[in-house]
Amino acid sequence: MKVEIRGARVVDPASGRDEKASVWIDDGRIAAVGAAPQGFRADETIDAAGLVACPGLVDLSARLREPGFEYKATLESEMAAAAAGGVTTLACPPDTDPPLDEPGLVEMLTRRASGVHGTRVHPLGALTTGLKGERLAEMVELAEAGCLGFFQGSAALPDNATLLQAMRYAVTFGFTVWLRPQDASLAAGGVAHEGEVATRLGLPPIPVIAETVATRTIIELMKATGARVHLARLSAGATLELVHRAKARGLPLTCDVGVHHLHLCDRDIGEFDALANLAPPLRDPSDRERLRRAVADGTIDAICSDHTPVDDDAKLVPFGEAEPGATGLELLLPLTLQWGRECGLALGPTLAAVTSRPAAILGVKAGSLAPGAPADICLFDPARAWVVKPQELASQGKNTPFMGLELTGRAVRTLVSGRTVHAAR
Amino acid sequence: MSRGDGLQVGADGRLRHLLTTEGLSAEMIRRILDTADQFVSVSERDVKKVPLLRGRSVFNVFFESSTRTRTTFEIAAKRLSADVINLNVGVSSTSKGETLLDTVYNLQAMDADMFVVRHAQSGAAHLIARHVKPGVAVINAGDGRHAHPTQGLLDMYTIRHYKKDFSALTVAIVGDVLHSRVARSQIHALKTLGVPEVRVVGPATLVPAAVERMGVRVFHDMLEGIRGCDVVIMLRLQNERMNGALLPSAGEFFKCYGLTPEKLARAKPDAIVMHPGPMNRGVEIDSAVADGRQSVIMPQVTFGIAVRMAVMSMLGSPHEG
Repeated sequence: MKVEIRGARVVDPASGRDEKASVWIDDGRIAAVGAAPQGFRADETIDAAGLVACPGLVDLSARLREPGFEYKATLESEMAAAAAGGVTTLACPPDTDPPLDEPGLVEMLTRRASGVHGTRVHPLGALTTGLKGERLAEMVELAEAGCLGFFQGSAALPDNATLLQAMRYAVTFGFTVWLRPQDASLAAGGVAHEGEVATRLGLPPIPVIAETVATRTIIELMKATGARVHLARLSAGATLELVHRAKARGLPLTCDVGVHHLHLCDRDIGEFDALANLAPPLRDPSDRERLRRAVADGTIDAICSDHTPVDDDAKLVPFGEAEPGATGLELLLPLTLQWGRECGLALGPTLAAVTSRPAAILGVKAGSLAPGAPADICLFDPARAWVVKPQELASQGKNTPFMGLELTGRAVRTLVSGRTVHAAR
Repeated sequence: MSRGDGLQVGADGRLRHLLTTEGLSAEMIRRILDTADQFVSVSERDVKKVPLLRGRSVFNVFFESSTRTRTTFEIAAKRLSADVINLNVGVSSTSKGETLLDTVYNLQAMDADMFVVRHAQSGAAHLIARHVKPGVAVINAGDGRHAHPTQGLLDMYTIRHYKKDFSALTVAIVGDVLHSRVARSQIHALKTLGVPEVRVVGPATLVPAAVERMGVRVFHDMLEGIRGCDVVIMLRLQNERMNGALLPSAGEFFKCYGLTPEKLARAKPDAIVMHPGPMNRGVEIDSAVADGRQSVIMPQVTFGIAVRMAVMSMLGSPHEG
């Protein structure tokens, strides 16, 4: 099958290309961008005038809710959401029920996902059995089953002794350890950023030091072990200095931020809006500003959706009892575009944060339109304004603080291996 | 992106729910206190009943048990001739797995006109107010650490009764501000009524972060904190806070922050001493002060009935307020 995508503005962050050109696809791979390869006769031509063609988005965190939480979402609904959001590769955290701590579960999930013939799904394995922070999970077995890294997900970090051993063990086999830096004792019972809003609303606080203390500890353990670490979901400006210094020292450290944290802050809790209950919590406006700049300057490597579909019942409770998280796969592109516009970034560097940069963290061949790369492509209309409504979202999770608001930019067509997995009306 | 604006005061300026003192206008607070004035005299009559809420049903729904607060609401509702139903939900529905809103919907189906709600989670009363039928009123009788507006208002009534004017007062709120919904409701109301200096006094473990953004001055030294005050409000210290990581002991707390006659001497000679009750004698307050000439703790209780009658009458009768 040979396909030509004609008339699009081709933005390939990895190569720096940003020009109107044709994309030529042959047998599921990029054959060329620009001039047609010799003798190329397209079986199908996609007219993409007015659209941007970029590598399919790579999302470092999307909860598909299987196994165990099928009442919140299913693999089918969330993979449809991924395709509708232009996401062609995603990593899913191991905080399912049961957690992804044994190879059989991982194989089952990847087999189910590949049966859907859509977005590529890469599970992250549990770092510890049951995510309990006590015994190491069988990392080698899990890696053979397809896990690209090992993570505690939203569960608490292990104690320092266990974390030290987990890092040593991961180093042995060259695995990346993913950690959401939050000191469990400092965050205990907390549901909102420690500051003016939590004080006024009487919400138990999660202080910034819960993140900085954990980050400092992780960096010390990295120095002691040589482990490669990915810090997931940074929320506080103060953490960025620590990350910046660790990177400057040459430690193998990467990090990401959830896209909501680039746009929202604790003020958006308003009068106890449970949709703004996220983990980590939305912090001060000054933290948001620093996070926004840190993605632009490369201190933060990638933006992810941190997609967490939550059923209505789990949000229709008092703020502190609400399940944290927001649906995000279909908002990742427009919210990333908005961040880029507001920071004055060109489209290439903007999209790098959701394509080439996260692909490098996962170590997968994705996020690029280089010849020979899989033809995973997102065609989006950068000017299309749309209002976030429940019926507009393919995800089963309708939980978003952006409900009812207008966003700009939307995936029109999504291809995985050259095959269309989503086409908008 | 703040939602729920106008939840407690309608576009017509009428009180629809009472959820927090935050955002209530000075005029609205004064209207509530003026209405309470009329009910103080009702409580002094032989027949302590007025027919304002006759035929209306007030449901006291307490997800967190409290005999005292529930009783004051019950008395207030009965003096307004309402039918009162008391439910301790903490020990019934929720233990069977029913959600908060399901409990409320069920009670609403029994034709409740007004809910008086206490819940351990901050924001519970807002959630309920957002989901009840139009015309059903919600009174927050305490939600987590967030608000206890009728307590805040009865404290304003008490201060106005003794001090007349708010515009030159110095008020100190002493003790466990961190966990106190009462303190938050007092601070908002005092600031709105124009009190120039509101102080919070306590150890750093019991003062919430950024509380000065609510317009208060923070003191860790009790003697400094109550110096020259017109009003000293002592907060209750919950038993579970007394011996742990927040405080070493009740005894040490009393030594540093308990109100004794010697410490009270630093306040103005005509300063009044308030406490929302129930008191821990010998923990936050010395008996000599609690029972002394400057204490207005018992009048607070009496005024509390009148203030709750005022709020219920304004919420319950369509042409009032």
